[in-house]
Amino acid sequence: MAAGLTVSIHPLSTLAAAGNTQIGGNEDFTPEITAWIKIEPDDTTIILVARSEMGQGNFTTLPMLVAEELECAWHFVRPRYVDANENIQRGHAWGDMVTAASISIRGSQSYLRQAGAQARHMLIAEAAERWQVPQDECAARDSVVTHVPTGRTLRYGEIAEAAAHRPIPANVRLKRPEDWRLIGRSIRRVDIRDKAVGNPIYASDVRLPDMLFASVSACPILGGRLKSFDASQVMGMPGVRHVVAVEDTAVAVLADSWWQAKQARDALPIIWDSGAGKGLSTQTIRDTYTHGLDADDAAIGRKIGDVNKALSQAVFVVHADYEAPYLAHTTMEPQTCTVHVRDGSAEVWAPTQNGEGTLLNVAKALGIPSSKVIVHKHHLGGGFGRRGLAQDWARMAANIAKQVEKPVKMIWTREEDVQHDYYRPMVLARQSAGFDAAGNLVGWKARVCGSSILMGLSPDRLKDGQDLEMCNAFLDEDMAYYVPNFEVGYVMRNNPVPVGFWRGVNHSQNGYFRECFVDELAHAGHQDPYLFRRNLLSKGPRSLAVLDEVAKRANWGRPAKGIFQGIALVECYNSVTAQVVDISVDDTGQLTVHRVVCAIDAGYIVNPSIVEAQMQGAVVYALGAVLYGEITLQDGKVQQSNFHDYRALRMNEMPQVETYFVSSGDKYSKDWGGVGEPGTPPLAPAVCNAVFAATGKRIRSLPLANQQLISSDD
Amino acid sequence: MTDITVNGIPRHPESAGETPLLWYLRDELGLTGTRFGCGAGLCGCCTVHVDGKAIRSCLKRIKDLGGSNVTTIEQLSANGLHPLQQAWIDLEVPQCGYCQSGQIMQAAVLLSENPDPSDADIDAAMSGNICRCGTYPRIRAAIKRVAKMQTNSSADIAPNRPE
Repeated sequence: MAAGLTVSIHPLSTLAAAGNTQIGGNEDFTPEITAWIKIEPDDTTIILVARSEMGQGNFTTLPMLVAEELECAWHFVRPRYVDANENIQRGHAWGDMVTAASISIRGSQSYLRQAGAQARHMLIAEAAERWQVPQDECAARDSVVTHVPTGRTLRYGEIAEAAAHRPIPANVRLKRPEDWRLIGRSIRRVDIRDKAVGNPIYASDVRLPDMLFASVSACPILGGRLKSFDASQVMGMPGVRHVVAVEDTAVAVLADSWWQAKQARDALPIIWDSGAGKGLSTQTIRDTYTHGLDADDAAIGRKIGDVNKALSQAVFVVHADYEAPYLAHTTMEPQTCTVHVRDGSAEVWAPTQNGEGTLLNVAKALGIPSSKVIVHKHHLGGGFGRRGLAQDWARMAANIAKQVEKPVKMIWTREEDVQHDYYRPMVLARQSAGFDAAGNLVGWKARVCGSSILMGLSPDRLKDGQDLEMCNAFLDEDMAYYVPNFEVGYVMRNNPVPVGFWRGVNHSQNGYFRECFVDELAHAGHQDPYLFRRNLLSKGPRSLAVLDEVAKRANWGRPAKGIFQGIALVECYNSVTAQVVDISVDDTGQLTVHRVVCAIDAGYIVNPSIVEAQMQGAVVYALGAVLYGEITLQDGKVQQSNFHDYRALRMNEMPQVETYFVSSGDKYSKDWGGVGEPGTPPLAPAVCNAVFAATGKRIRSLPLANQQLISSDD
Repeated sequence: MTDITVNGIPRHPESAGETPLLWYLRDELGLTGTRFGCGAGLCGCCTVHVDGKAIRSCLKRIKDLGGSNVTTIEQLSANGLHPLQQAWIDLEVPQCGYCQSGQIMQAAVLLSENPDPSDADIDAAMSGNICRCGTYPRIRAAIKRVAKMQTNSSADIAPNRPE
């Protein structure tokens, strides 16, 4: 990788003419062999990447999929971001750029491998024609075409330009998995060196001539509005150039350095109109949701049999209510975006999970055609769902930049980041389940109540006005347990608190509700939680295999003295993940999580080292939330502000994480599974189930920091 | 005006004395390898070396640095990669990577003061540095790898995991 590669010089770029030397993505005229591949005369192989690199390895794994079929030598591969503007102009030649829902590999593996195979055929066809031999006498490997009978060779770089002009074959056969030479290997990530030496690869590192820096204050009361501010109080402060309103929601101070901007922002008198959000608190929301659980306007996500009848006839019924709090993302890089608006066009430097979304949001905010916007995608300093559909930060930066002549780099303070997120929704759940006289589970009813994510961020995905994704982890495609009478319903209760996609999305809180409740059912029936789950998986062989693997690897049921175990299973993003957590609780109630054993079936594993890292990451992200994560509101304001009161997991709290693959290939599904999120949802219930094993205390609301694990009477 | 040395070069900051070192490094000197995470000394993203100690540059004011030697990730090693950077690459420590400059700078001071740290020593030294992606296990492994390499001249190092 060239040092500091990220910002390419776009043909529309105003900065190219300004002699800006930002980094390597040199405009080249190498013809493409399919939209995804360019091979230069020295064999350098540029592979386009449409999705974003946010730490999950996309700059490595997605090119691996192309290179597998292309049969190029991996050391020639240079990944490069797809240009969002060009993708739109060319009718989405590179498909979807959204990097969310663990979609990158599973959503593009088919066409990426096909592109590699098509290019390989084109290269072979060119070589065969030059040699005047049949194509099937030629073989391609390591960026060389060989005429097998004679041993003649041609390098890809020698024939790529001519091959690029050949027709793209429509039907190509992809390699069989047993013939893969890259997929399934821990190929080194291509983005590591830049990250180990501090190269300027992030959007927040961008430096432009005459750039101004912006610090912002948004209305601290969610749903409130900007009334007025007194710029005269800060215009004399060092470096301050402008104080501007951001529509009616925020104020930005622009200065020669970010620190100057921030100092002036802190000193700026602002009057807010609290609006509808003023009366909002965690307790008022909880009250609304609690009533919602009994309401009769639930949207039914899945229904099997007659659950009400089954529960009324059951010999005993278990009831439990659960609550999950709002959670912030706290990406390590606070929200940031740099925008230069000039001559009816805009140039944007962004850490985005959604390159096209950023482009379209900026175009809309500025009222200019999308063709007039360039987005330079940068590697993200963390994404976790914050930088996908919610493009509030991009619109805000555009709204600031349009008011001045110069490029503007907006960076939020951490406090703004914590207090103006699109939070994982606070959700309440009510579940009831009944057993017959023989101890069989005969009915299970679940209700969840909270704000809809889709209503705010993707209303196009609502069905009849309802957000059935709020039922995830209880739906046909993501719950393998079979119960003869089952029903899940969602009661929508929206409020001004913005909600969004958080690693694992609705599977994360619903996985907690489901898997802790299953644990309660097992104990109610005096059964082992692992064996109880096995019995529910008579129609879920894929989940059963993963559950068995994790139990075996974790030595389930035989923990060391003083160690207690919890188990959980969640299906999501076409993958299955199970975890067993080993914990201890000392005499003071202090919890220690010692080990997390993960088993995952993602169909195929593209890069084992990266998947292992993703499982470690999922555990860290989820465990921090289970232990400490909670966004609360009072008088419409978020009460947390930084890492002291919205804590993240730290090194000294990190358990040992073991990861095992149960790769079922295409046995159960021709679609591949995701990896970025599936490790997150099982962690909370596995920990809470272990806490029950250790203490006898059921954890029906999170985080654990609010719970006393040992009662003071003991 | 306070005189300081940054990465071996004497500097005369134009930024006001109240300015945190972090923003002087990033906005005035263009040394963007040192990163902003919290502005309150809570996350360790902005860790640099001041006279050989790991400090949070978001809290340290320029005016309090008179005569100090500041080293950033860009100059952690005068020649090529620092052994920790090499270990970070070999063991593929970073994910998003944003916190990693701070992690490496913190670890470098740990090893300079304690060439063979125990797990508890690593916890004590590194727990001020947050990583949201979850690279802690590989950070620990990388620190141990360098410690072993430096305390064992025969360099009995396990082979790289990734290819």
